[in-house]
This record gives sequence, structure tokens and C-alpha cells, in this order.
Amino acid sequence: MIERTPILNIVTHLILIFGLVVILTPIWLAFVAATHTLQAVNSHPIEMWPGDQLLINLREAWAQSDFGPKFVNTLIVSTGVVLGKITLACITAFSLVFFNYRGRIVIFWMIFITLMLPLEVRIVPTYAVAANALSPFQTIMDAIGLTSLINMISGIEVALEWNLLNSYTGLILPLVATATGTFLYRQFFLTIPDELVEAARMDGAGPLRFLWDVLIPLSKTNIAALATIMFVYAWNQYLWPLLVITDRANYGMVVVQLSDLVPDQLTTGGGTPTWHLAMAATLVVMLPPIAIVIFMQRWFVRGLINTDK
Amino acid sequence: MAEISIRDISKTYGKNTIMQGVNLEIRQKEFVVILGPSGCGKSTLLRMIAGLEDITKGEISIDGTVVNALEPRQRGCAMVFQNYALYPHMTVAENIGYALKVAGVPKAARLERVAGVAKSVGLGEFLDRKPGQLSGGQRQRVAMARAIIREPKVFLFDEPLSNLDAKLRVQMRHEIRRIHNQIGATSVFVTHDQHEGMTLADRLVVMNKGTIEQVGTPEEIYERPASVYVAGFIGSPAMNMLPGRVDASRGAVLLDNGQSVPLPAQQARAANGNLVQVGLRPEQLFLASPASAQLTATYVFQEELGSGRVYHLQIEDIPLCVVSTEKRQMTEGDTVGLSFAADAVHLFDAKSGRRVARGTADRVLEVTA
Repeated sequence: MIERTPILNIVTHLILIFGLVVILTPIWLAFVAATHTLQAVNSHPIEMWPGDQLLINLREAWAQSDFGPKFVNTLIVSTGVVLGKITLACITAFSLVFFNYRGRIVIFWMIFITLMLPLEVRIVPTYAVAANALSPFQTIMDAIGLTSLINMISGIEVALEWNLLNSYTGLILPLVATATGTFLYRQFFLTIPDELVEAARMDGAGPLRFLWDVLIPLSKTNIAALATIMFVYAWNQYLWPLLVITDRANYGMVVVQLSDLVPDQLTTGGGTPTWHLAMAATLVVMLPPIAIVIFMQRWFVRGLINTDK
Repeated sequence: MAEISIRDISKTYGKNTIMQGVNLEIRQKEFVVILGPSGCGKSTLLRMIAGLEDITKGEISIDGTVVNALEPRQRGCAMVFQNYALYPHMTVAENIGYALKVAGVPKAARLERVAGVAKSVGLGEFLDRKPGQLSGGQRQRVAMARAIIREPKVFLFDEPLSNLDAKLRVQMRHEIRRIHNQIGATSVFVTHDQHEGMTLADRLVVMNKGTIEQVGTPEEIYERPASVYVAGFIGSPAMNMLPGRVDASRGAVLLDNGQSVPLPAQQARAANGNLVQVGLRPEQLFLASPASAQLTATYVFQEELGSGRVYHLQIEDIPLCVVSTEKRQMTEGDTVGLSFAADAVHLFDAKSGRRVARGTADRVLEVTA
């Protein structure tokens, strides 16, 4: 819709600018706080302009939080979530859209319902499963009497156990197993004309060949969008790593480390709050997601311009 | 190279029967056009030959092999789709060569064949373009090249020209016929456009509501339509239909309005007393003076064609068309005389809609329904 209404234009711009200010002010304040000394940061009224302590604060925060290995950990987990998510979403949607089998609709709705159950809602059962990933199978086997049957025949007590606590797998899997990406892909796959599927069949391409040669190249922009969203989502995870990782030295994640720097009654013990360090660390932690968004945005804008459709 | 045999094919979706008892034999190297309005089942029939649609009942064989259970790729068919169905992310060369790539043909051999085929359809200089950068006609050529490169036994065309403008359509029609002759594959072409059907076909198959109405050469179908439906579908403007009753004593059909159309005595005797439809093609009617005419009608309006005119007339309230190269000025309500040759009269049974044979010479070639 194109309208020539100068007043409306001004109003919409004002709303945009207002939104920008609301978003940028806290970031600006964080940046300013990160550039001052402990005294300056806690002075009253608060500083509005940057000081000269940025590098010193960054170094201090980096060392205190042991950010080196934690960044590597977080990068591994985030990449794992992105790759796992793209693969899972792609093949699930592929199955749901291009194959016709019994129970397809039921499965579709079951996946759909998980959208309403984010990790935070089902955190207790998810933790139970993470503590022993095979416990659902154990429960099923117990329920149908298979365990006691095996015990009777061979004398072996079946106790399945696969502990995911304190591992990358435990960090990654629960974040992968959600419906978001599946929907993105499903909607995209539904726009693929039937004729294209049929042309591939006539050309002799089987389903997997079609997926690999046609669908995946066509869904590049989808992959970019999903990768961006999932990377930021995984990077910002706090609650789940806090729960499953007790071995913080080996598997700590940056956001959890960051929370240790944020002053509260526990950390300062009544001492002067070290906001300058917390803010410096915040800036560092913020960088990778911002970099990813900027990089991917360029990428899928290019994808949109070159669109062949 | 291949003959296709379609035996007693039926197709149902749930409780809907959309095709019933279709039989058709397609000979080697023949160009068969399946013609019918949308929803008559012609595309479904084509897709069943291709293997894209399951066959509910009956059997299709290609070259003597029953293909009901075979995958599309095993049937030796290539198909050109209505919307071309090119892979948007691949270049023209990759599109054309994809079937060979899937079949595992080495790259060098593949590129050589792609270049050869592309040249034969006039795409030589576009090999590196994407489909999005091509015009409609060029995309159509890519789709054809993609089919040709597989050296198929059977070519299937699903309304491939309906997205092109009129001029390009004629040009591609010639191209398709040329390629068919050159390759010598058996071709099955589906369309709703009678001109495409008439000009391309060795044999035409006219379909209606999931059954075959008539099979024959374009000439046979034009000259001896097997039913009112075929008569109305082929020819433009459509054949005029006048209801009446056969009267053997007068050797004619008495039209409802009292006029009469003379019939051969043998035919009149055979159908005496039957309710019929008399079919007269607009281009086989001539304007005559009312006094010497066989029929008289009232003038309504006319359309200019350049080469001639279409005169719209009425007999009572039944509309009637005449195409004539003669240009006459008339005013509404004028009485117009019409004359026609004896063999221009087509007779159809009013109830069944089937053609009433004129004699032994006029054996109707039809397929049992």
C-alpha cells in the first residue's frame, strides 16, 4: 500500500526513532559503564559519556570469567544446535510434506503442540530425560513386561542408562528437539509446485536425491534465517545450561559465567558492585550473536535479490 | 519406437469415479493428441501413462511390458509440463543434463550431449543462464531439451503451449512436430485447444467426462463426428444443431418449426420416426435467396473476420451461424435463405447424442464406451 500522507510519514518515523532509542539506550549505558573505573561507575549521577578504562575492564572481565574456554564451549553448543536444528527441521518437514502415510496429520499436530511447550515449561521432565536419556525406553519396557521377561529368561536385570548431564550432547539435544524450524521448512516446502516434484521423478531422481539436489539448494535463504535465529537462541541459553552443567570448569557457557559477574547480594557480599566488569563482559558476550546477524543478513538479502522464482 | 496399449483403465478418488473403462491403442511413432475440456480426465490419463498417478483398474503397457507397477523413470517416458517445471536454481545446462547426472553419466559425456541437444532446440548460447532469466518460449525449449536428452521411447506433453502467446504457440507447435519427426518417438499430447489438436495430431482422441468419445484422424473427426459432443467441440464456430423428427415418407427431417431438411432415403427409412438433431457446419452453409433456399432464417447480427463474416441467424429461437466469404449488408429481422450440400447434413440421435450412420460408407470409427 502506497500512500502520500506527509503527516503519517512523520508519525511513523517518530515511532521508529522512539523504538530505536528504547533499544539503544541500555546498550549505550552498558557501553559507557564498561569504560569507567569502579568508582566512576558507582558515582551519582550516572556517567553518560565513555571513559578511558574500556580495555582494562575487558581484560579484567575476560580473566575473571575464564571466557577463553567458555567461548569455545558456547560456540560448540550453538553450532551444534544450529546444525542439528537445520537437519532435523529439514527432514521432518520433508517427510510431512512430500510423503503420504498413515498418521501423518497426527504427527504433524503432535509436533505443532510442542510449540506451546517451550523448554522452560517442560524443564523438569526434560531434566529427568537428560539425566537418563534411555529412561523413556526403560519405562516402556517395564510397562510391557519386557524387562521381567528378559530377567526371567537370562537372569540379567535390564537397566538402561545414558546420562547426558555435564556433556555437550546434553546441552544441545533438548534445544534441537523443538518445532520452530520444522514449521519454517514446512511452509516453504508447501510452496514448491507439484510439477517440480514430478519433473524430478520423471528425471529419475529418488526422494533423497530430490531433497539434496533440489529442495536444499532452493531453501538456502530458509537455512540462513533458521541458522541465525537458532544461533542467537542457543547462545543466549541460561536456564538449561545452569541446570545440566554442574562441571562449570569444563562445560561452562558464557551467559552463565556472565551472570556470576552481575553484582547481587551473593556475589558482592555487601561490597561495592563491580558493574564496570559486568558491563564489559556483557559487551563481549553480545558480540558473536550481533556478528552472526549482520553477516547472515547480508547473505540472505543477497539470496532474496538473486531469487530465481 | 514404442507402442502404448491402454486397456480398460478406470480411476477413482475415494468415491469419485473420474475415468471409466478407457481403451486406447497408440501405434509406434504416432503423434496422438488427447483433446477435451478441463476436467475431462485427459491429463489424468497422461499422468497414468507417465506413472505419476496410480491406476485404479485396468492395465497400461508400453512396448508390450505392463508398466502399472513401474516407477516413472523405468517407463522410458519423458514429459513436458504445462508450467515447464524447470529447476529454478540450476542453469539451463544443468536443467537439461539433470536426468543424465542422476543416471550417473560421466561429466564430459554429459556436457557433450547437453550441448548437442541445446543446439538442436536453439538454446546454444543460453546454457549458463538460469530459468528466471529466460523468456517463456525459451523456458519451453529447455523443458523440451530436458525431455529429448533422455532419448525416451515416449514423449508426453501436458498442455505445454497454454502459457505462451498466440504467435509463439504456433511456432512451438511446428517445433514440436519437427522434433517428433526427427526423433521418431511416440508422442502423446494433451490439450484443450482444438487447433493444436487438429494441426499436430496423426490421430485425435476426444474425451468427455472421463470417457473417450471418439478416436480418429483429425479429418475423420471433423467430417464424421461420432456424437453431438464431438461435433460441438471440434470446429469453430461450433456446428449448428437443429432438433427435429425423421419422416421417411417425405425423405426428410421435419424440424420443430415446420421446415425440413432432406435426407438420403436409406437413412430416413432406417431412422423413421426417431427424434434427432440435425447438424450443419457454419462453413458448409451458403447464403441464398429465400425463394430457392432449403432453409430460411432470421438475421440477427454479424461479425467481421477480414477474410469473411460470421452471420448470426435464428430459426424460431434456435441460434444458427453461417461463415461466408461473401459480405452482405443486412438489417436485423431480415429473412435469409440458406442452402447446403446433401452430404453436409450430420444426423444425431436426440436421446443418446450418437451419430446416425448415413450408410455403409459412413461407418463411424468409435471406441466402445
